[in-house]
Amino acid sequence: MNKIFSFLILCSSFVYAQNGNLSGNFQSDFQLYLEDEALGFNLENPGSGFPNERFLSNGFANIMYNTTNFSAGMRYESYQNGLLGYPSGYQGEGITYRYAQFSNHGLDVTVGNFYEQFGSGMILRAYEERNLGYDNAFDGIRLKYSPSKGIYLKSVVGRQRLFFNKGAGIVRAVDGEISLNEALVGLTQAKTQIILGASFVSKFQSDLNPSFNLPENVGSWASRMSLNRGRWSLNSEYVHKYNDPSAVNNYIFKTGNALLMSGSYSKRGFGLSLDAKRIDNMDYRSERDQNLQNLMINYLPSLTKQHAYALATIYPYGTITTGEMGLQAELNYKIKKGSKLGGKYGTGILANFSNVYAIDKQQLNDSTQIGESGTLGYTSDFFKVGEEKYFQEFSLEISRKINKKLKLIGTYINTEYNSAVIVGYKYSGMIYSEIVVLEAQYKIKAKHSIRTELQHLKTKQHEGNWLMGLVEYTVSPHYFFAVQNLYNYGNEYEKLTYPTLSAGYNKGTSRFALSYGKQRAGIFCVGGVCRNVPASNGLSLNITSSF
Amino acid sequence: MKKPKTMKKIILFIAVVSSSLCIMAQDKMNTFPSVNLKTVEGKTINTSTFENDGNPIVISFWATWCKPCAKELDAISEIYDDWQDETGVKVIAISIDDARNSAKVAPYANGKDWPFDIYLDANSDLKRALNVNAIPHTFLLNAKKEIVWQHTSYFDGDEEEMFEEIKKLQ
Repeated sequence: MNKIFSFLILCSSFVYAQNGNLSGNFQSDFQLYLEDEALGFNLENPGSGFPNERFLSNGFANIMYNTTNFSAGMRYESYQNGLLGYPSGYQGEGITYRYAQFSNHGLDVTVGNFYEQFGSGMILRAYEERNLGYDNAFDGIRLKYSPSKGIYLKSVVGRQRLFFNKGAGIVRAVDGEISLNEALVGLTQAKTQIILGASFVSKFQSDLNPSFNLPENVGSWASRMSLNRGRWSLNSEYVHKYNDPSAVNNYIFKTGNALLMSGSYSKRGFGLSLDAKRIDNMDYRSERDQNLQNLMINYLPSLTKQHAYALATIYPYGTITTGEMGLQAELNYKIKKGSKLGGKYGTGILANFSNVYAIDKQQLNDSTQIGESGTLGYTSDFFKVGEEKYFQEFSLEISRKINKKLKLIGTYINTEYNSAVIVGYKYSGMIYSEIVVLEAQYKIKAKHSIRTELQHLKTKQHEGNWLMGLVEYTVSPHYFFAVQNLYNYGNEYEKLTYPTLSAGYNKGTSRFALSYGKQRAGIFCVGGVCRNVPASNGLSLNITSSF
Repeated sequence: MKKPKTMKKIILFIAVVSSSLCIMAQDKMNTFPSVNLKTVEGKTINTSTFENDGNPIVISFWATWCKPCAKELDAISEIYDDWQDETGVKVIAISIDDARNSAKVAPYANGKDWPFDIYLDANSDLKRALNVNAIPHTFLLNAKKEIVWQHTSYFDGDEEEMFEEIKKLQ
C-alpha cells in the first residue's frame, strides 16, 4: 500500500515540478472459441488446439512520462491465457518493460528496457511486434553520444527478453556512424552524400556442454556504407560472425557472414530499386539452444514483397538464416494523367520480382558430412549460387481511378514456394501458385464508401485452390462493416468455407472491432515475423486506444 | 503501533486527490517528442527541427506494406495543393518500414508522386514515443507543435475530417 501511495505522490509532484507530458496506449484482444464440426475444432479433438478455457485474452498498456530531457515509462502485459497461435511462452501477467532515459549535451542515457538497431539490423536489432508476440528487448544500459555534428556513437550492454524471463547470454555492443558531408567542413557542398558506419557485437554465455568445448564469447562485426547522389542511392552492409555453434546450425564451428546491397533510382512518378543479399550461417542468438524467434540478436530481412491481400499471405517467405542468396527488383511508376494510357487521373504500376536460392555448400572432406556437429561444417564459394531454389515470385499491380467515384486495382502474382525448406511441409515440396485479385473502391456519397475484393489462388499442390470474396462498407470517420468468405476447393479433402463477419467503430485514437467467424489455419506474417495459427472458430473483440 | 484507520483513510484521500490532480494537470496538450529519425538519404534528423513557419503540420505514419496508409496518403496527395493554398499545412509522412523495405521507401513514395516530406523510423522510436499501436495513425500539430488532434486507421473520406481540424487552427 505504501508503495502505491508514494508512487501516486511522486507522480503528482513530478507533474507539478516538471510540467511534463503523461501519455500511453492500450490494446486488448478477447476471443471466445466455439466448436466447429467441419474444421474438427472441438474439445473431443485435442490435436485441433481447441482451448479448455474456451475464452482467451491478450492485453497490454504502456504508460510514459516525458519532459524535455527526461522520459520514463512502463508496460503491463496480460495473457490469461494467451490467444491461440501466440507463442506458448506468453502465459500470465506482469510488468515486462520499464525504463528511464535522459539526455544532456549530446549524451543520451537509457537504463532498463530498450529497443535498438544498428545499421540495417543484420548485426543487432531489438524489436517488438506486439500483435505477433515478438519482443527481444534489452534489459540493461544504453548510451548514445554525438560528439559533434554528423557523428553518432552508441553502446549497449544487456540481456534480452524471453517471454516473462530473460535469456542467459549477455550482449555487449558498440556502433559508430559518420555522415561525412555533415562532419567534414570541406564536403558540405559536395553533390555526393556519404555515410559510413561500423559495429561490433559480442555475446557471452557460459559453456556447460558435455560433448563440445564451445566458445563462451562470440563476436561479430559489421561495416556499412550509404551513397547518395541526386536521384541515385546505394546502400550496403557486410556482417561477419565468429564461430558460434548453436542448436540452429547443428553445432558447427564455422564462421558466418551476410551481405546486403540495395540500389535505387527515383524521381517524381518513377521509382526503381534493386536488392541483392547473401546469408551464410548468420543465425545469432543470445542463448545458443534457442530456436524460433526467441532471443535473436540480429535481424535478417527477407528480400521478398510483403503482401497485404489475404490469399497472397498463404505462402509467405521467411529468411533461411543458415544460408540463402537472392535478388529483388521493384518498379513503381505512375503513368501521367491526361496521357492516352494514363487516363484522366493517371495509372499506377507496381511490379516486383524476387528469387531466393540455397548457397553453395561443399563437404570439408570425404569423411565429414555437410553440417556435421563439432566440425567446421562445410565450405562455400561466396559467388556460387546453390542448386536448390527456395522461392521465386513475380507480381504486377495496376491501379486506376476511373472517375471521381470509382477506383480499380488489379493484381497478378506468380509464386514458386519451396515449402519443405521454408516451413517444413513434408509432402508438398515446391508449391506453384497463381493469384489474381480484383479490388474495387466505390464512393457512394460523401463519407460513404464500399470496397470489394475478389481473389483467386490456383495451385495443384498442398491445399489446392482458394476463392475469396470481401465486401466492406465504411462510413467516415467512425464505422465499418465487412463480410468475407474463403472457399477452399480443388483438393482431395473436404471443401471448406471460412465465412467471417466484422464491424468496427473508431473515434479519435480509440478503435473497437468485433468479428465472428472462422479463421483458416496457416502461417501469418507481419513485419517479417511469422507464426503458425491453427484453424479456429469464434467471436473476437479487439480494442485499442491511446492518450 | 498500528496507525488509526482514519489516518489511513486520510492518506488514501490525499493520494487519490493528488493523483487525479496529476491527471488534470495533463489537460494541456502534449508536445511533440524529440526523437532521431533518418532521411531517405540516411542522414540523422531530429524531430525538433520540424518547422512550418507557424502553420499546421500533419504527421502521418505509414509503411510500404500498409494499404490503408497508401490510400490515405494518395487521397491527401490529390487535394494537397488546395489544402496548402488555404491553410499552409505541411504533411510529413513517416515510414516505419524496416530493413526489408527501407531501401524501397523513396522509390515507392516517388513512384506514387507524393509531394510530402518522407522520413524513416526504422526502429519505431518515434512510433513508440507517440504511443502508436497500429498504422495508419495521423497527428495534427499546431504552431507550437502541440498535438491538437490525432486519428487512427483510415476510411475513405477521413481526410475531410482532418481538413476541418486543420482549418480550426487558422
